[in-house]
Amino acid sequence: MLTTNKKRLRKRHRAETRFRAYGVLSLLVAVGILFTLIYSIVTHGYSAFYRTTLLLDIELDPERIAVSPPYSRSALMQGRYSSLVKRGLYALFPEVTDRRDRRELTALLSPGAELAVRDYLIDHPDSLGTTIVLEVPMSSDYDQLYKEHLPRSGENLRFSEQQLQWFDRLLQEGRIRYRFNTQFLFGADSRYPELAGIAGAVVGSFYALLVCFLLSFPLGIAAATYLEEFAPKTRLTRIIEANINNLAAVPSVIFGLLGLAIFLNVFGLPRSTPLVGGIVLSLMTLPTIIIATRASIRSVSPGIRQAGLAMGASPVQVVFHHVLPVALPGTLTGTIIGLAQALGETAPLLMIGMVAFIANVPATPLDASAALPVQIFLWAESAERGFVEKTSAAIMVIMMFLIMMNLLAVIIRSKTQSKVE
Amino acid sequence: MMNYAITADIPDSNDNIVRQMQDSMRSKTSDSSADIKMTAEGVSVFYGEEQALDDINIDIHSKQITALIGPSGCGKSTFLRCLNRMNDVIDGCRITGRIALDGEDIYAPSVDVVSLRSHVGMVFQKPNPFPKSIFENVAYGPKIHGLAKTQDEIEEIAIKSLKSAGLFDEVKDRLHAPATGLSGGQQQRLCIARAISINPGVLLMDEPCSALDPIATARIEDLMWELKENITIIIVTHSMQQASRVSQHTGFFHMGVMAEVGTTEQIFQNPVDPRTRDYITGRFG
Repeated sequence: MLTTNKKRLRKRHRAETRFRAYGVLSLLVAVGILFTLIYSIVTHGYSAFYRTTLLLDIELDPERIAVSPPYSRSALMQGRYSSLVKRGLYALFPEVTDRRDRRELTALLSPGAELAVRDYLIDHPDSLGTTIVLEVPMSSDYDQLYKEHLPRSGENLRFSEQQLQWFDRLLQEGRIRYRFNTQFLFGADSRYPELAGIAGAVVGSFYALLVCFLLSFPLGIAAATYLEEFAPKTRLTRIIEANINNLAAVPSVIFGLLGLAIFLNVFGLPRSTPLVGGIVLSLMTLPTIIIATRASIRSVSPGIRQAGLAMGASPVQVVFHHVLPVALPGTLTGTIIGLAQALGETAPLLMIGMVAFIANVPATPLDASAALPVQIFLWAESAERGFVEKTSAAIMVIMMFLIMMNLLAVIIRSKTQSKVE
Repeated sequence: MMNYAITADIPDSNDNIVRQMQDSMRSKTSDSSADIKMTAEGVSVFYGEEQALDDINIDIHSKQITALIGPSGCGKSTFLRCLNRMNDVIDGCRITGRIALDGEDIYAPSVDVVSLRSHVGMVFQKPNPFPKSIFENVAYGPKIHGLAKTQDEIEEIAIKSLKSAGLFDEVKDRLHAPATGLSGGQQQRLCIARAISINPGVLLMDEPCSALDPIATARIEDLMWELKENITIIIVTHSMQQASRVSQHTGFFHMGVMAEVGTTEQIFQNPVDPRTRDYITGRFG
């Protein structure tokens, strides 16, 4: 009895083994692709978190800065610092006197160098009149040279023989430092790669998501609760339900066009702002939240509703006291996933002008601002070599936020599951 | 099959005691049998086009237990749910006829469903405590109906209800633990405590023991005996032993009609309707 059908048994076992092999293979391919992606982004991007600086002795001469007492903050802000920085640099190369050579020499420094001196002086007004030792940013090309992203020889060389010699001398003298780039994390965008920061985009995205959450979360829960608990099951509500589901599949660029036509042109809301960005994103997030909320409301045991009704609670009391508290974790998970989608959305933001170059960190949602995905887009199409690593670093930042949000969703889900069990 | 035979013995073992109690109760309550708490006259229920109940007439005696028995799908649960208008929430459900509580038509337009349900409580087949703490389960009713003004009063009512349901001693150390952590039988007694926390005159029980083991069932049946002192109980049950153990009156439903109604003694010992006789003797159902 047990030994007949040996042939069929073998065949079945073989099919099973084959099927498992296919599964393992596809898993390997998927993991491999993911790993390649992350590896390529991290290897390209990690250097953006570091910056090359040059150690200069700078004489803080009030006359050259053109400030007079009292040295107020605003007076120091308006001072002239470029000649101080240049003098500090020339002092390292006393043999360079020719005007053209000196211009080549100053190409080593970033335009941000004088701002670094200014910021130091504003923080330490007492040091006026003394000579300080300060690290100032080098220009992007030399930053890239230090990171070995640009060649020292070959065609289209960006450095003259003389400049390379100067660079090597500074390196030997130990005046070139490799520092963690705080400006990348806390600064706004800039035309100069070595000065460009991600904070403007992060804050812009944060404001946009905040607006998106404040709009879509209450609206989504209210709509889902009404549809699920109160709406009569008529043809009209069925049509509305089908359309909400379809809305989730509409290409996001169309929401951007809608935002452009209605929020900017009809209502006249300020262009390029996180406020409008958030409103447009909430159009996209709303269906996701409604669908997730309805699913979690539907999964609340009907016994709880019956118990509430039988206790003499009104339908509204049943919903608010019993159904929504149980459905909330599912709703929150759906909301976070919807917001994570919104965080990565680029096309609708391009449509409403959040693609503009903004060199400030926005203070309110009403200030023009960039957003993370748009910042990636902007840097990716910039010509300078220095923006390549910034692009990858920005991708690392947005991925970190996405992973954090998804992790939060997982934590909420697992926490509430263990509570129910 | 073996399992069933063994476990089924346990409630039967107190059968004699219960029967004695039952007999003594019956003699005591026979005087007040004219005291009618609820009446149903010509009640028919339709789900859309389909008729679920046809011309049901029954009197529910005050502070006694009325059992509704019958094969599956006979409409006994549907009828029970008419008594506190739980059918209202079902789309396409239509009810004709008259159901009165203390002489008042509960389907009259002026009647508020919320206040009706505070007078007619319900316990369901599957224990359905709120996924909150044990205390919150019994405090919820008094809170929403404004039966207590202070936290102390709420606590008093909650503890009294838990005591009445015979649950207090088992849970007094963990009143704020989640109710879902209790055993099935404890959960069902919690649901009973919750239902009686708002002092309903009538308690509807829809197969309250069908999800419980025989020991938990016996405890609930004992509890029903105690509650009957103050509350009119209507119980739907599949178990004829249970009906004969706990009830004083029995209604037998068959395919949407009330085939026979009378005292439990008469229905079980001397049924008039042949369908009742067949069901009682186990020929179908």
